[in-house]
Amino acid sequence: MAYLEYQNFFTQVQVQGEPEVGMDDQGTLARERTSGARFSTLLGWLGNAQLGPIYLGWAGLVSLATGLAWFNIVGFNMLSQVDWSIPQFIRQLFWLALEPPGPEWGLRMPPLNDGGWYIISSFFLLISVMSWWLRTYLLAVEHQMGKHIAWAFLAAIWLFLVLGLFRPILMGSWSEAVPYGIFPHLDWTTAFSIRYGNLYYNPFHCLSIVFLYGSVLLFAMHGATILAVSRYGGDRELEQIVDRGTASERAGLFWRWTMGFNATMEGIHRWAWWFAVLTPITGGIGILLTGTVVDNWFIWAQEHNFAPDYLGAYGYEAYGSYEDFGGVTRGEE
Amino acid sequence: MFPKWFDKWNQDNPTNIFGPAIAVGALGGAVFVAAMIVGFGQPYATASMQTGPRGTGMHVQEFIGDLANGDPTVADFYTDEPFVPEDGEELAGDIYENVQVLGDLTDANFNRLMGAITQWVAPEEGCTYCHAGANDGEYADDDLYTKVVARNMLLMTRNINVNWDAHVNANYEVGVTCYTCHRGQPVPNNIWYRISPVNENAEGWSANQNRATMTSNFTSLPSDYLEHYLLEAEDGGYNQIAVHDLDSRVQQQPGDPLIQQTERTYGFMNYIANSLGVNCVFCHNSRAFYDGGQNTPQWGTASLGILMVQEMIAEHLLPLEEVYPEERLGPVYGDAPLAACRTCHQGYQQPLNGLNVIANWPELNVIDGPPDYSAWETAAAEPEAEAEEPEAAEEATE
Repeated sequence: MAYLEYQNFFTQVQVQGEPEVGMDDQGTLARERTSGARFSTLLGWLGNAQLGPIYLGWAGLVSLATGLAWFNIVGFNMLSQVDWSIPQFIRQLFWLALEPPGPEWGLRMPPLNDGGWYIISSFFLLISVMSWWLRTYLLAVEHQMGKHIAWAFLAAIWLFLVLGLFRPILMGSWSEAVPYGIFPHLDWTTAFSIRYGNLYYNPFHCLSIVFLYGSVLLFAMHGATILAVSRYGGDRELEQIVDRGTASERAGLFWRWTMGFNATMEGIHRWAWWFAVLTPITGGIGILLTGTVVDNWFIWAQEHNFAPDYLGAYGYEAYGSYEDFGGVTRGEE
Repeated sequence: MFPKWFDKWNQDNPTNIFGPAIAVGALGGAVFVAAMIVGFGQPYATASMQTGPRGTGMHVQEFIGDLANGDPTVADFYTDEPFVPEDGEELAGDIYENVQVLGDLTDANFNRLMGAITQWVAPEEGCTYCHAGANDGEYADDDLYTKVVARNMLLMTRNINVNWDAHVNANYEVGVTCYTCHRGQPVPNNIWYRISPVNENAEGWSANQNRATMTSNFTSLPSDYLEHYLLEAEDGGYNQIAVHDLDSRVQQQPGDPLIQQTERTYGFMNYIANSLGVNCVFCHNSRAFYDGGQNTPQWGTASLGILMVQEMIAEHLLPLEEVYPEERLGPVYGDAPLAACRTCHQGYQQPLNGLNVIANWPELNVIDGPPDYSAWETAAAEPEAEAEEPEAAEEATE
């Protein structure tokens, strides 16, 4: 049953003991962070068992406060829409939403109950997301790290800004923005695709899907490879970038024999980073062009020989009869 | 509970029986399921009806079991051949008082139709559902609202059969009778009332959507599409049903299908699809909703149906608001109950699976004046055909 250790969802090794608080060589590390650190066996199954201490800093505090403001505005609007009934709020939670203003308002500020709260809450969300980004950047500076995480996060923020800020402004209407709600934002996605002629014919949407599914594939390949060679120390990936051991050799050999090419301990992380980052970058370009530059992607695709003209008869009469598909048998009538 | 030698033997011979047991159980279960499918067939087999060119994915899918069963209410449809009037036969309008619509029918056919309406609409309640004094032989008065409504519904049914022939008889003669909507119930299923706005403390687009309602088919799409598209707009016309236009952004006018209108249209189309038990691609090439050339002939039939419902509501259903008692009016606005696609279709491509319900009822297939019985006049001349009469009704329900 040893393979269960490798195929298991949960972390197999937990470290609990004296909390790890990091090196405080400048004497300032503890200034802006919580002091307590705890251990949780439950968390240890998913990652590091140590919880805390956490550093928020001013950017983190601003982000949390404005994020909470957005969350509360959305939540209380939903609660208000069901006339402050808690049971209805729970029952309809996945259906409820805070909607953007109607198209008649353009880029003007509408009344609060007709999209005004949406604009205000979006403003808070914008500050929240941007200051959280700043926090990832500042923390990387603090730790003298590269800024890869911040730039990757910014790629996702690019898509977020295109959806809620850049594209609505280019279209001249806040009504183009995405509603805040579980099912309603899915309705928006479908309606957006239908309105602008089927997003599947948008080449940047195609690219985004390639990178999305590619990210999934790379993530699975990489995770599987590392787990498979962790018995040889393959999980010490960073050391193995410069000091290739038997784990790296075996992992590389496996893929080279499988497909003639293999990534390296360094290269695989560049592959993964770029695939992940290009998913929202290309997706954002595709959304930004929709309705602003291209009004109907299916027609665009046909004009650019990207989609065929479908030839054949329309209507079931050309292919069969209702009589053969549940209809009443009509005899000689 | 077991003998000591047994417990001792077990202690001396520890064996992992769970691993093999799970393996054998899983394998055995798989073999059992496979054998059942091979022996008895796929229980959820489907059939599909192609509706457009290859490569577009245009088809309607159904479980074969559902296709075989069909609409269960087809079997309960009551029908009866008419009595061919003889020259000079007295008419119902002369015999009875207060016959406003069916006065040109002979006595025999008048009573035959009255009997059928009872079967179609109020089989349990009987004559007294509309005629308060029926048990005392009093039929003339209009004391009950149900009778006033029924009279209007007769006019509506005649109008549909005669003037909306292109919708109800689009493929072959089908027609409608009271049963098409009522199915043996005094109040038909799938009627609708105005309910929008559905959200409190909100205006505009925020107020008409994002609630699980019957009208929204439990989606978060707008709940106001029926009232928006099927009721007359303030300017006296009807609102445009569309998901997109091909004008560039700068040329767009207020009211052009932006995302919100697309969602509302989507809600309406979802309603039509559910009403007919089909999907988008029964009528549309889903990548080209804008192009009439890539619609199926069913799209034309459905478009006529929308016009028919709009007229039906304006001319026959809304005017009855004054007639109904309170318990028949809508929960939000106290408005008259209205009909749309689902009231007749009830989940099937053609109501009652395309059963020809009008065949025996020329009385409902005429606007005014005497019905056309010519089809039965020749049959009456041949006595052999008369003998088959009872079977004819059964055949129609098969």
